[in-house]
Amino acid sequence: MSEYMTIDGIPVEINGEKNVLELIRKVGIELPTFCYHSELSIYGACRMCMVENERGGLEAACSTPPRAGMNIRTNTERLRRYRKTILELLLANHCRDCTTCENNGSCKLQSLARRFHIDGVRFPDGERIKHAKDESSLSITCDASKCILCGDCVRMCNEIQNVGAIDFAHRGSKMLISTAFGVPMAESPCVGCGQCAAVCPTGAIVVKNNIAEVWKALDDPTVKTTVQIAPAVRVAVGKELGIGDGENALGKIIAALRRMGFDEVYDTSTGADLTVLEETEEFLHRIENGEKLPLITSCCPAWINYCEKKHPDLLKNVSTCRSPMQMLASLLREQSKLSSRRMYHVAVMPCTAKKFEAARDEFKNDGMPNVDAVLTTQELIRMIRESGIVFNELEPEAVDMPFGSVSGAGIIFGVTGGVTEAVLRRVVSDKSRTGLLSLARMGQRGSSGVKEFTVPYGDRELKIAVVSGLANAESVLKRVNNGEHFDLIEVMACPGGCVAGGGQPFVPVERRAKRSEGLYTADRVSSIRRSEENPLMFSLYNGILKGRVHELLHVDYCKGGEN
Amino acid sequence: MIKNRQELSEYRASAVRAFTAEPKKILVCAGTGCVAGGSIQIYERLKQLMAERNIPVDVELADEPHEGAVGMKMSGCHGFCEMGPLLRIDPMGWLYTRVKLEDCEEIVEKSIVGDEPIERLAYTIDGKVYAMQDEIPFYHRQKRVVLEHCGRIDANSIREYIAIGGYSAFEKALFDMTPDEIVNEVTESALRGRGGGGFPTGRKWSQVKRQKEPQKYIVCNGDEGDPGAFMDRSIMEGDPHRMLEGMMIAGVACGASEGYIYVRAEYPLAVERLRRAIAQAEELGLLGDNILGTDFSFRIHINRGAGAFVCGEGSALTASIEGKRGFPRVKPPRTVEHGLFDKPTVLNNVETFANVPQIINKGAAWYRSMGTAGSPGTKAFALTGNIRNTGLIEVPMGTSLREIVFDIGGGIRGDNEFKAVQIGGPSGACLTREHLDLPLDFDTLTKVGAMIGSGGLVVMDSHTCMVEVARFFMNFTQNESCGKCVPCREGTKRMLEILQRIVDGQGEEGDIELLLELADTISSTALCGLGKSAPSPVVSTITNFRDEYEAHIKDKRCPAGTCSKLKRIVIDPALCKGCTRCSRVCPVGAISGKAKEPHNIDLTKCIRCGSCISSCAFHAIKED
Repeated sequence: MSEYMTIDGIPVEINGEKNVLELIRKVGIELPTFCYHSELSIYGACRMCMVENERGGLEAACSTPPRAGMNIRTNTERLRRYRKTILELLLANHCRDCTTCENNGSCKLQSLARRFHIDGVRFPDGERIKHAKDESSLSITCDASKCILCGDCVRMCNEIQNVGAIDFAHRGSKMLISTAFGVPMAESPCVGCGQCAAVCPTGAIVVKNNIAEVWKALDDPTVKTTVQIAPAVRVAVGKELGIGDGENALGKIIAALRRMGFDEVYDTSTGADLTVLEETEEFLHRIENGEKLPLITSCCPAWINYCEKKHPDLLKNVSTCRSPMQMLASLLREQSKLSSRRMYHVAVMPCTAKKFEAARDEFKNDGMPNVDAVLTTQELIRMIRESGIVFNELEPEAVDMPFGSVSGAGIIFGVTGGVTEAVLRRVVSDKSRTGLLSLARMGQRGSSGVKEFTVPYGDRELKIAVVSGLANAESVLKRVNNGEHFDLIEVMACPGGCVAGGGQPFVPVERRAKRSEGLYTADRVSSIRRSEENPLMFSLYNGILKGRVHELLHVDYCKGGEN
Repeated sequence: MIKNRQELSEYRASAVRAFTAEPKKILVCAGTGCVAGGSIQIYERLKQLMAERNIPVDVELADEPHEGAVGMKMSGCHGFCEMGPLLRIDPMGWLYTRVKLEDCEEIVEKSIVGDEPIERLAYTIDGKVYAMQDEIPFYHRQKRVVLEHCGRIDANSIREYIAIGGYSAFEKALFDMTPDEIVNEVTESALRGRGGGGFPTGRKWSQVKRQKEPQKYIVCNGDEGDPGAFMDRSIMEGDPHRMLEGMMIAGVACGASEGYIYVRAEYPLAVERLRRAIAQAEELGLLGDNILGTDFSFRIHINRGAGAFVCGEGSALTASIEGKRGFPRVKPPRTVEHGLFDKPTVLNNVETFANVPQIINKGAAWYRSMGTAGSPGTKAFALTGNIRNTGLIEVPMGTSLREIVFDIGGGIRGDNEFKAVQIGGPSGACLTREHLDLPLDFDTLTKVGAMIGSGGLVVMDSHTCMVEVARFFMNFTQNESCGKCVPCREGTKRMLEILQRIVDGQGEEGDIELLLELADTISSTALCGLGKSAPSPVVSTITNFRDEYEAHIKDKRCPAGTCSKLKRIVIDPALCKGCTRCSRVCPVGAISGKAKEPHNIDLTKCIRCGSCISSCAFHAIKED
């Protein structure tokens, strides 16, 4: 028999929800919270989600399990008063330079202050925290004076990412989020995944902003500006720019980038196709020789950082393939040597760790990086807005030749399981349409953090694990270290893969599926579904890459950046 | 190593023989206060003097009766710390106060070699000399149950503890009672948690007992953090085995094999005594595997807390033992289900555990015969403030404030009037003259918006500013807030700022209302009990002494005359000779007047530096 509770007079069926908050949101009431994320542990510190029971008692909805017969109200005079006071208290200790804040417009504190109509702060002379910004990291910028200590970043970094770069330090009103011993973020175990910035409700942790240098290059007539767009970017701009959430906006993005002044626009999926071919080759080679298995994917820069910092012994298992961004950049750089104008290459990525990857010594030529600047999707959106371009009215355009052709396999790199599926399309012998359909159901798709399955290959079965979220990766790596056999492990640092990257506009975990669907749709409507069928590949391997595959497309992370 | 019950009773019999064979015992108080006063040196000096006179001495209880040897013991705290260093001579029951090194010779001569008390070392009040400890008014009105051994036995000796009946309750629980019977006895006794909450101990134990999880924990909260409270410290220092015995009985009752004591690192002596007590119990086989030949195994570990007040909160305490940051967590789940290391956990405080052995030995009915129906038993209080006798006391629950303050405490020090008592530390509230005849127990205090808390009683007289009292406690809470939840972290900070400006004379119209509004938000929405009760001292002082707040805010005047920034300097025109000296020393030109005529002070200019007061030869200038 179903059990019911009553929320604001409405009977609601209890259906296994972990807490009253979930149930409240299910009935369409947006109860305010700062410290609740369904994927993180319950923290219960912001006290905004207090609800009143029939006896007048108050309970925090986030940490109260629903009970049959429970009768709560979410919006009483008392609750409104407390919520306003709590917001006022937060604002009293908060830098209120909203108009000049990096997070202006996407700040939860700002929007709740507006929603609850906080029309003044009654503690004008009160002491306010002030801390210096930490701008040492190439991926994120931290400003503790904007921190409301909800601890979302701490739990994300520890629970989901197993990185533990940050935690609380000190006590009471002196408490702050800090690296161990307060070292600069760049010297901490931070891997740059940016998930802390994704969940930060204020401007305390934000994505590093590289917009100014890109504008400068665009305004410089002596340089040729080229740009590549990662797969996951196209499905993440929609909501912010006035089109549907998860809608593929690649054509409009290309048009926008051209209007902003980029000379050439490319799709990182081209690089992904190269990655598929190279990585498959490497995978099959290792399988034939039974060496360095499992092969662990190398596209995700935050994962590479994590592996270097926490599992240097496993670096030998990591694919030597450069990431799709670096493969394409390396080709573009090679191509640009023919031109007299210096090329300034920008990569638009869903990812904050790519900013770090771009600066790695491995990807420099004569001290100059192949990718001059990495812009996250958030920065792209800001530049489009700054340009005054009315995005939803743009006519879609196509990428430039000669690197204009991509396969669907390259596009699905943006979602967890995508790399694996793309490689499998190349590996399995059944190249029919039905073969593709059955491949889609092997187990690599879906938002689960750890997906394990086997794929028949010749007379054996390939054991594959697809993981996203570094804590999930850690659990699988532990098994590898304990001697369990895997043939292939795909690791994406961000839970759900690049669609939920740290540089994307944030959506709660419940709404991420739309972006993944957007990429699978783009794949489905592609005329080329397998990387090896991309005609561009043939010309590349017979042209620019001839005899230089290793030099241009591979990297050895084991050397620790010495080369 | 005692292997079975039989051996334990043999051990006890021999300990009793040795204990009773001592013709005299010198008990030098080795509680923290008296140690600081030099009691260890006194002990050593006495030992030396005894040796010089060839008087046989037992510094440890002998294995076999050592005829004629005087027992020389370092005891736990007697509670009358103000009069320390204290020294008791048994079996006469004399108590010597404020003993100095140079008194030792006379003590040996007169009281040990001879048989007479030394009057000048006895407690004297209102001209009356009290040689016998039990007759001193401070002790006479008390009922010492939990503290019965403190000051009476060697705090470092398990043998002495066993000699006076120690571990017999554990023995009874282990051999003669089922776990259900133990839990029932404790439930029947209606013992309530002495840490402040007053939760029924028996109910807590039965909730843990019925958990299916095989691994359970017994945790003792010795993180006594209230300013001025030292009840638990005295038990841990003075009678550590009693508390261990309580934990062991809880272990038998709930089926736990591991116990943890979380004790403040600021209590080094308590840690040392507990360590020694655990080692002694292990050595005798009372702790360890297969205790006394049964299948019951129990070990006790000590965890030292680093001094965070919040770690006295249950979930923060268990987090701290686990090595995590001392943060309280949201409940449910509760500690009895998911406590230490996520296992079912009995978490009681020191005094609660120390009550258990007697309940098992003498029964629930005996326990309920003390105290009130809702709050049976006794309660230890730390009595401090403007009172004649400060110290550690124990009285039956339900004793009135009047008895404590005026009979045991001897009334207000000096000529001032009683004003209020702050009870329950930073989570508590103040009780005023109208509450003097209120019986002190859990429920009565809750009804008047106060709480027993851990048992701190700060007595305040008419010269105590109640706004300053509120500010003091708010400052403490704000410093000790863990910082996790917004209302406590941010709210107490703003409350403190408002209180600070009121005592600084910068208070504004509306401040009282703002304080009450913040207090309501914090007490309704804070995450843990400490946060919820943080505004209590403010609310209760506003409720009882609103006029004092208003005087500070509206008249810029401190009625108690203690807020330095609100002090007024006045010139008595009757005494002022008009010598002009004050107007010349005033650094801000606030004093004016014609020569040979009384001068005036412009209070708007005065910075209250006091230069004029010291310069006046006629004592005409005073602080109001």
